[in-house]
Amino acid sequence: MSSAAIDHAHDHDHHHGPAKGISRWLFTTNHKDIGTLYLWFSFAMFLLGGTFALVIRAELFQPGLQFVEPNFFNQMTTMHGLVMVFGAVMPAFVGLANWMIPLMIGAPDMALPRMNNWSFWILPFAFTLMVSTLFMEGGGPNFGWTFYAPLSTTYAPDSVTYFIFAVHIMGASSIMGAINVIATILNMRAPGMTLMKMPLFVWTWLITAYLLIAVMPVLAGVVTMMLFDIHFGTSFFNAAGGGDPVLFQHLFWFFGHPEVYIMILPAFGIVSAIIPTFARKRLFGYDSMVYATASIAFLSFIVWAHHMFTVGMPLAGQLFFMYATMLIAVPTGVKVFNWVATMFRGAMTFETPMLFAIAFVVLFTIGGFTGVMLAITPADFQYHDTYFVVAHFHYVLVPGAVFSLMAAAYYWLPKWTGYMYDETLGKLHFWMSFVGVNLLFFPQHFLGLAGMPRRIPDYALQFANFNWISSVGAFLFGFSQLILLLVVIKCIRGGKKATAQVWEGAQGLEWTVPSPAPYHTFETPPDPSLIKAQ
Amino acid sequence: MLSKAKLWLSLAFGTLLMWSAGAHAAWELNMPRGVTQISRETYDLHMTIFWWMIAIGVVVFGVLFWSIINHRKSKGAKPATFHESTKVEIVWTLVPFLILIAMAIPATRVLTAAYDASESELDVQIIGYQWRWEYRYMDDDPNAEEVSFFSSLATSREEISNSIDKGENYLLEVDNPLVIPSDTKVRFLMTAADVLHAWWVPEFAIKKDTIPGFINESWVIVEEPGIYRGQCAELCGMEHGFMPIEVHVLEPADFEAWYAEQQQQALQVAELTNAALSMDEAMAEGAEIYSRNCVACHQANGQGMPPAFPALAGSAKATGDIGVTMDTLVNGVPGTAMAAYGRQLNPIELASIITYVRNAFGNQSGDMVQPAEVNEFIVGGQ
Repeated sequence: MSSAAIDHAHDHDHHHGPAKGISRWLFTTNHKDIGTLYLWFSFAMFLLGGTFALVIRAELFQPGLQFVEPNFFNQMTTMHGLVMVFGAVMPAFVGLANWMIPLMIGAPDMALPRMNNWSFWILPFAFTLMVSTLFMEGGGPNFGWTFYAPLSTTYAPDSVTYFIFAVHIMGASSIMGAINVIATILNMRAPGMTLMKMPLFVWTWLITAYLLIAVMPVLAGVVTMMLFDIHFGTSFFNAAGGGDPVLFQHLFWFFGHPEVYIMILPAFGIVSAIIPTFARKRLFGYDSMVYATASIAFLSFIVWAHHMFTVGMPLAGQLFFMYATMLIAVPTGVKVFNWVATMFRGAMTFETPMLFAIAFVVLFTIGGFTGVMLAITPADFQYHDTYFVVAHFHYVLVPGAVFSLMAAAYYWLPKWTGYMYDETLGKLHFWMSFVGVNLLFFPQHFLGLAGMPRRIPDYALQFANFNWISSVGAFLFGFSQLILLLVVIKCIRGGKKATAQVWEGAQGLEWTVPSPAPYHTFETPPDPSLIKAQ
Repeated sequence: MLSKAKLWLSLAFGTLLMWSAGAHAAWELNMPRGVTQISRETYDLHMTIFWWMIAIGVVVFGVLFWSIINHRKSKGAKPATFHESTKVEIVWTLVPFLILIAMAIPATRVLTAAYDASESELDVQIIGYQWRWEYRYMDDDPNAEEVSFFSSLATSREEISNSIDKGENYLLEVDNPLVIPSDTKVRFLMTAADVLHAWWVPEFAIKKDTIPGFINESWVIVEEPGIYRGQCAELCGMEHGFMPIEVHVLEPADFEAWYAEQQQQALQVAELTNAALSMDEAMAEGAEIYSRNCVACHQANGQGMPPAFPALAGSAKATGDIGVTMDTLVNGVPGTAMAAYGRQLNPIELASIITYVRNAFGNQSGDMVQPAEVNEFIVGGQ
């Protein structure tokens, strides 16, 4: 066979294409392969976490206990949160970073390719460890994704130890991913790609990576303290031993609040790429977008206790955290205003990525509005731990972060696969998701204001109607995601050939390489004339 | 486009139908104004910030949708080339900043007022347990008989499991409500015995975590006598959704009468502790207590939900040495969901429940304890 002979000859000057079979994926150090692995993994976790959510919504469809026991219900809320945050949203952004950052800055690969492989491949083990707790004696973690002590220590099921190790592994993976992103961006930009010429997706990821490195060790610390409380007789969080349950919350939210921005800053970057493309107009206020991102990141470190307005902090503490939290609205507002100004007097078309991006701007802003309301401390006493909060953070996370991920998937799918996706199916997916997500989460604002606490498996009769609507929306939204799966599979298998440019208005180095992007790109730096101001 | 229109139409119709089907408080959209000065001010803050957000939303979304409709390529729009303006950036940084300052001022005022728990006329301690509340009245007279009691969910398990119709106050009703006087500054001192809980009555605009090892403060002056309901707001384990709060606010004179009656009853319990309890009385009382306190974990048939919640039927602790049964009930099992009932139940109730678990679910120990013995165990044994 002549082709075998050619392959053999190729081996000598080392391979230019992927290895064959499973070893391609197990041993890969290629940023595109690893990006693909991350994206598929996060999609699988999205469906798993979504299934947990549907168990919750099925139980809440009507008052009374129908399907699950309260203890299992609590395991579902816990697992849903953990899987979605650590398994779906974060790895999806890392996957996009892997795929797109080298292409956007004209680098041949990530700076630390072997660590890249490792940071992905420990994730499936972490999640197997965590999800397996559901089948253990005593059940899985049932203390909410925020795992407040002492419910998660003295009063936790035995499986909590597995949960702690799983969190350690996820944290290690995130830290390695973040180091890789920073090393790549700071060292491997093509000549001419100055910091202030980088696409905003690269900027937002650079800042996100610093947030990750700053706070994941705090998370690792807090779960280690739990481990010691549970197994080695310490009393960090045990009041009976002189410990402090509130300390847990300070540590957790010192991680947890920047974590919120870890899940939204890269989304800002995606939307800042997509809106100019389909408005056919340069992003308005690039510089102020960069500064606003940096301001948000800074502020995210000094607002954590707004999650704890009801723990009984002194008045001065309450006031400080109220003012600091309100301040975050300013740079966030700047971002929204810039996106709107970009669309203003553009020449817009509304392909699926643009639809998701516009929905992001509108619905994320609604989540931002309720965020400002939650900052008003006396009013927060009424909102805190109710469905109003559930509605708030789901608005910023689902039609926020998740919609941005879907926009990104549609936007870059042609670059990844070499084929155009099915636009009709894409639009169907968008409209079903859009209707579903609003039916699902909008009524939860009313439930919370009317007094329904979160994390309850059963509720008083006055909450019945809006729960009913919310559950219908949940199933609509959940099953709509199968359309995305169909679109992606169809697009991988074939379709209309995509050009290198793909989108008429697209700017940036990733559109200068062919579609699909070859296995190795930018082995020699791109022509500096291709690098334009964003 | 036709199919989309159809979808919206059927959605709108469906919503309309549901609306007319259940036209009662189940469509409540907003928070209650409440019955205290602070709750009304909180409500006003909530509405002010809400209208600010609506106003900003109208402007931002207005420009957005106007652009979407008018600046589309299909209408022949040509893209403009402007892409920055420092002036505009400064304006839309400063304007929101000023709006926020306008909001921060009244918020600071209300928060400061809400934090001033000084000069209270009545102090009540609130203690959160898995999964009930304890209320203790702190009498100025140290020699007065202490009034304290536990407040547990009164909704029946049959309602929760859908085997009978649900009552009007489903999941919001308790056996012993907290009783406080109206027009009186009542201070709540809050803590917890096991995990975190949060005490929340929306009509009072009070939500405060109860935390083991901490004492948090809150206060109310309720102007209207009546019944107000709330729920635990901090995830506290399996039965978190089943520990409601019910507060009866009485005219001050009625409250005094109620309080005196409670003190009288406390004295009676002390007397009855020394009286003998018959097996039948103990079993009847025990069954009642079991259904209120034990059934969630150990189940109606005593089979529990192993391994987290062990069976009582045939268990060594319930059928072996009676001292072990007593110790388990009085002191609980540390590190598990089994609470220490020594404080939660009085000696008569404890004697009844101990006797009950030893003689129900096919357990046939045939023996029983007397309230006085339990009292001696509590007083002497610790």
